Amino acid sequence: MVSKGLLTFPSNPSIAATGVTAGPLEKKSPFSSQFDKIYTDERMHLKTNEQGHAKMIEDASMIALSKIDAVPSKADFFFAGDLVNQMTPSNFSASTLQIPYIGMFSACATSISSLLMAALVTDANLSEITLAGAGSQHNAIERQFRYPVEYGSQKPESSQWTVTAAGIAVVTPNRKKTPVITKGTMGRVIDLGMTDPLNMGAAMAPAAMDTLERHLKGHQASEADYDLIMTGDLGKTGFTIFKELATRKEIVVSEKFQDAGEAFYGGDPKFFSGASGAGCSSAIYFSEVYGKMMTGDYQKVLLIATGSLLSPLSYQQGETIPCIAHAVELMMK
Amino acid sequence: MDEKKFAKIEQQLSPKTPLGLNIVKAFLTGGTICLIGQFIAMFYMTFFDFTERTASNPTVATMVFLAMVLTGLGQYKKIAQFGGAGAAVPITGFSNAVVSASIEHKSEGYVLGVGGNMFKLAGSVILFGVVSAFTVALIKTILVKFGVVSW
Amino acid sequence: MSLFITAFVVGGLISVVGQLLFDVAKLTPAHTLCLLVVIGSVLDGIGWYEPLIDFAGAGATIPITSFGNSLTHGAMAEAEKHGFVGVLTGMFEVTSSGISAAILFGFIASLLFKAKGKN
Repeated sequence: MVSKGLLTFPSNPSIAATGVTAGPLEKKSPFSSQFDKIYTDERMHLKTNEQGHAKMIEDASMIALSKIDAVPSKADFFFAGDLVNQMTPSNFSASTLQIPYIGMFSACATSISSLLMAALVTDANLSEITLAGAGSQHNAIERQFRYPVEYGSQKPESSQWTVTAAGIAVVTPNRKKTPVITKGTMGRVIDLGMTDPLNMGAAMAPAAMDTLERHLKGHQASEADYDLIMTGDLGKTGFTIFKELATRKEIVVSEKFQDAGEAFYGGDPKFFSGASGAGCSSAIYFSEVYGKMMTGDYQKVLLIATGSLLSPLSYQQGETIPCIAHAVELMMK
Repeated sequence: MDEKKFAKIEQQLSPKTPLGLNIVKAFLTGGTICLIGQFIAMFYMTFFDFTERTASNPTVATMVFLAMVLTGLGQYKKIAQFGGAGAAVPITGFSNAVVSASIEHKSEGYVLGVGGNMFKLAGSVILFGVVSAFTVALIKTILVKFGVVSW
Repeated sequence: MSLFITAFVVGGLISVVGQLLFDVAKLTPAHTLCLLVVIGSVLDGIGWYEPLIDFAGAGATIPITSFGNSLTHGAMAEAEKHGFVGVLTGMFEVTSSGISAAILFGFIASLLFKAKGKN
C-alpha cells in the first residue's frame, strides 16, 4: 500500500551492515567510540577538503561492505549525497567505487532519503546489495554556505556546527538478526517563512513536525509504539521548538524523543546549538542507533532526518528557507 | 500552522541575543585594538620620521599585518566570536576578510582562487568607499561653487 | 597620554555602533561595514572626521570609517585645486594603505597558511 508519500516495505529489507567515518574534531563526540574510523587529519591527508570529503564517503562504503564480506563490484545500487555544489564528493566516490549510482540531494535529510530509495529497490526485488548514505565535511560545507573558515563572524547561540562525518548503510533483502526497514514517509517541503541561515533548526522544526504527524497518522501508529524517535539535526534551538510544536499537537513528548544534532557533541557550548550537516544524522543513525538495535536496546525506532533546502544564492536573493524531513521506521525482530 | 503563529513560537523559544554583553565586549575589543594602534603610531612617531598625520599609513599597514598573522594561525575568528563588531569594525577586520578568503581559495590556484576571491567579502567595502567619496566630493564642490559652503 | 584614553574610548564606541547594527538592525557584517564606510565619508564631507582624528588618534584612524574618510579627503583635496575635474582626477589619486597592505598580506598569507576548521 502506497499513498501520499507513505511507504511500507512488506519484504522487510535489512540493514545488514553500516560504516561510519569521521574527522578529528568529531573525537569529541560522546559517540566517537562507535565510529568505524576517525581520521587524524581534517583533509584525510589529501590536498583539498573536497578530496577528503570524497575519501570519507568512499571509506565508509568500503567499511560497510567489508562487514558482510562483499566488494563494490557485488553491489547493485549506490544512493548517496552531500552538500557541496553538484555533490562532487559523492560523485567522485561513486567514480572510485564503480557501483551504479544516483546522487541524492535532500540536504541534511539525505541519510534517510537514500535509505528510502535503497529500501524501495530492495523491496521491489531488484537488488541484493544497495549502499545508501550521506556525508559532510566541515570546511568544504562552511565555505559553500557561509564564510571562509578563518573569517571572524560572531555566531549566535542558535547556529550549528557542520560535522565532518559520513555514514553508509548496506541494505539487503531480509536477513535474520539485523534491523529491518518496515515503513517510511517521504517528506513535503515546508516553508514557514524563516530567513535566518544561522538559525536553521527553527526553520526545519515544522518540516520534522509535518513528517512526524503524517507518519503517525498515515501508518496508524502512536509515539508510544517507539523506543526512540530521533530527529536529524535540529540542534538545541530547533529541537526545543519541535518539542513545543509536538506538544501542541497533543503528542506526548518523552525522553524517547532525541535529536542527533543536539546529541552529537554532547551539548558542548563551543558548538553552539549542536551539530548539523548531512554527515550528522547518518553518522549517529548508522553507529549509535544501529548498534543499540543490534544489541536489542531498541526494538522499534523512528528516524526523522531534517534538511534545509536553501542555497547561498536563494538566501542572498532574499528567499525564505524551504525545509524537508524524511522518516524511516526500523525494527529489530 | 500559519507563518505568523510559527514566528511567534520561534521568537519565544530561540535564544535571545545578549545585547548588553555584546556591546560591552565590542567596546572592549574595538577599544583595545585601537589602543594597540595608538601604541604603534607612537612607535613610528618616536623612532621614525613620522608626524601624527603621516603615522596613520604605516600604523594601518602594521595592523593589517598583525591581523594576517592572527588569521593564518586561526586566532582571529576566536577574537571575533568574543568581540563581534569590535573585531570586525577596525581595519584588522578588513584584513581578516581579505586574508581568510585568500587562504580559503588557495585550493583553486593563485589566479582563479586567491586573485578571484580575495575581495569577495571586502570588495563591497571598497566599492562603497570609493562611490561615496566621489559623491561627497562632488556635492561639496557644487556647494562651494554656489557659495553655500567654503573648503 | 590622554590620546591613549581617547583612542580606546572612541575606537570602542565606533565598534559599539557596529554591534548595534549587527544585533538591533540585524544587518550582515558586509552591510554594516559598508554603512560605516559611507558614514566616515559623509563625516569628512561635513568636516568632522579630521577633528575626530586630532582628538582620538588611532581611535579614529583604525576603524573602517577612516577608509571612507581618507578616500573622501583625497578627492576633496584635488577638487579644491582643480574644481569638478579634480573630483574625478582625485578619485584616481587617492589610495588607502589599508587596501594595498591587505592585498599584499592577503597574498602572502595564501602562500603561508591553510584554513583550519577548529573552534
